[in-house]
Amino acid sequence: MRRTLLQGLLHRPLTEAAPRAEETAAVELAHALNTAAQRKLGRSLSIREIDAGSCNGCELEIHALNNAFYDLERFGLRFVASPRHADVLLVTGPVTQNMREALERTVRATPDPKWVVAVGACARDGGVFARSPACLGGVASVMPVDLVIHGCPPTPIDLLRGLLTLFAPGAAGRAQSS
Amino acid sequence: MSAPYRRTVVDAAGWDAAADAMEAGDTTLLSLWAEIGCVHLAVLDAEGIEILSLPCPDGYFPSIGRRHPPAIRLERAVRDLFGLEPEGLPDPRPWLDHGRWGDEAVPAAAYPFLPVEGEALHQIPVGPVHAGIIEPGHFRFTCDGETVVRLEARLGYVHKGIDRLLAGAPLARATKIAARVSGDSTVAYALGFAQAVEQAWGLAPPLRAVWLRAVMAELERLAHHLGDWGAICNDAAFSLMLAHCGVLREQVLRTAATCFGHRLMMDRVVPGGVAADLDAAGMAALQGLIAMLRARVPPLVKLYDDTASLQDRTVGTGRVSPALVAQFGAGGFVGRAAGRAFDARRATSYAPYDGLRFEVPVLQAGDVNARVWVRIREIEQSLSLLEQLLPGLPAGPVRIPPEDLPHGPAEGLALVEAFRGDLFVWVRLEAGQVQRCHFRDASWFQWPLLEAAIEGNIVADFPLCNKSFNCSYAGHDL
Repeated sequence: MRRTLLQGLLHRPLTEAAPRAEETAAVELAHALNTAAQRKLGRSLSIREIDAGSCNGCELEIHALNNAFYDLERFGLRFVASPRHADVLLVTGPVTQNMREALERTVRATPDPKWVVAVGACARDGGVFARSPACLGGVASVMPVDLVIHGCPPTPIDLLRGLLTLFAPGAAGRAQSS
Repeated sequence: MSAPYRRTVVDAAGWDAAADAMEAGDTTLLSLWAEIGCVHLAVLDAEGIEILSLPCPDGYFPSIGRRHPPAIRLERAVRDLFGLEPEGLPDPRPWLDHGRWGDEAVPAAAYPFLPVEGEALHQIPVGPVHAGIIEPGHFRFTCDGETVVRLEARLGYVHKGIDRLLAGAPLARATKIAARVSGDSTVAYALGFAQAVEQAWGLAPPLRAVWLRAVMAELERLAHHLGDWGAICNDAAFSLMLAHCGVLREQVLRTAATCFGHRLMMDRVVPGGVAADLDAAGMAALQGLIAMLRARVPPLVKLYDDTASLQDRTVGTGRVSPALVAQFGAGGFVGRAAGRAFDARRATSYAPYDGLRFEVPVLQAGDVNARVWVRIREIEQSLSLLEQLLPGLPAGPVRIPPEDLPHGPAEGLALVEAFRGDLFVWVRLEAGQVQRCHFRDASWFQWPLLEAAIEGNIVADFPLCNKSFNCSYAGHDL
């Protein structure tokens, strides 16, 4: 183990530069973000992920945000275990009928101010499952959505861009116009 | 290339005889599914895969689960989705139907968990929303102090109605849905669907496509085995391994994106071939990846093997008996860690695996440690398979053009090896559309064994056990 640890110290960090904020074509801002809330929260956001029926592809890429290449925590973003500690709810999946109540209760358990981010094609509009009677067809059919991150699944870079949009008002404006 | 197609219409006596054979351990249950007015059973015997169909015009069929418990959840799902009643089903509770598919104003009834008696016992309800970034499901632990005396899982939260969506779907749309049944096995699902369609129509995809599919399938296996290995160690509070495995896994996904244009290789395997070819740059990236993993994996294996505090958590934890694994016909690392030497790549030896050298690692201990070691050995095997695949990659086209595909009515099946175990697919086609398609993820026979694995272990070891199984919720809930 000592050798592994030592090599880790000698290696250059793998962490890559953050994606540029203006490359935000991958995201869709539903409405202007509340700048007062933004100021209050600063650049530190706690994220709670909720799978509302995803195929688990989005979860794989959200997980990847924690690896050494993307290292989400350097941006002040971190995943938390409880919705009661969260500022941002990252929701994936087409919202199945069977997950609807759990999703709503999780959102209710999250203190204000909070943002709901719909991640991936299914969360956006139901994706390939949109026609199913077992699904509600996207997060917006159940609750207001602040930001949509596109992709099936979105890549970790897409996810980073989207999340950085949340506290970069300038980038947000560009996202809206794109 | 895949197993020959055998489907027989049976009467109740033939149906019962099949249950006898499974109960005696002569055959293995592969799947049980239904359509309107008919129930189907797929069994694996010495001659291969056979499908038995029992027409049930009155809406009843004799329960297989009454004799052979692994069928119980499949029969509960059949009843929920198709309204056919399994007569004598030992567990009559709904499974995928949570009582939320009807009128929104009517609240869903509470699920009757198994009754628990005993003064000292307490229960811990967990989920469907979990603390980590994982799929939703509910686990009900009954504990005596720290010791779990029973775990009961309730699944179905991510049921998306895939069976119904596929009925009547044009082939192109069905292929997209198939690739999204369980995102972590997107290549395996697309491969299984493609093979079933190709068997139905008697198609032989171009040789280069068949080989490229295997390249993608092995990349998928590598990525998830590396990810699981790190995550299991992380659940034993050894985050160093997660950090290293996470880096390797990321490099596999990036190579996949370089080679095939998508990190998870979603929508790259299609009926008739593949939708992405490997160019020289991709080939070089793959060779670089193999060399990197050949150098980087062995020190991590040594690290895993030499760390006593880690072994203390994984050895002897979450044991599943070989008898239970054999009874449930559990595939993948769950089965192979407990003596069941079954790998669909070997069992049906679909191309190109029939011409490749590889071992199917089998251990006997059935604990978390054994499931880790099966993964480690399979990482080595996947690397060896890639080393055989790349130099031998045939030249030529990679896809039969969609417009050249037949349209006639036909049926086909496939059994392919996903990273977590064997995936069974059955499809009936008509007029260029899917009329009925059924997927049976390996998780169907692994989830019940997780309940057995945790019994007698402490609550704190559940994440470790659960991760070592890494069952799919999406692939199970459909």
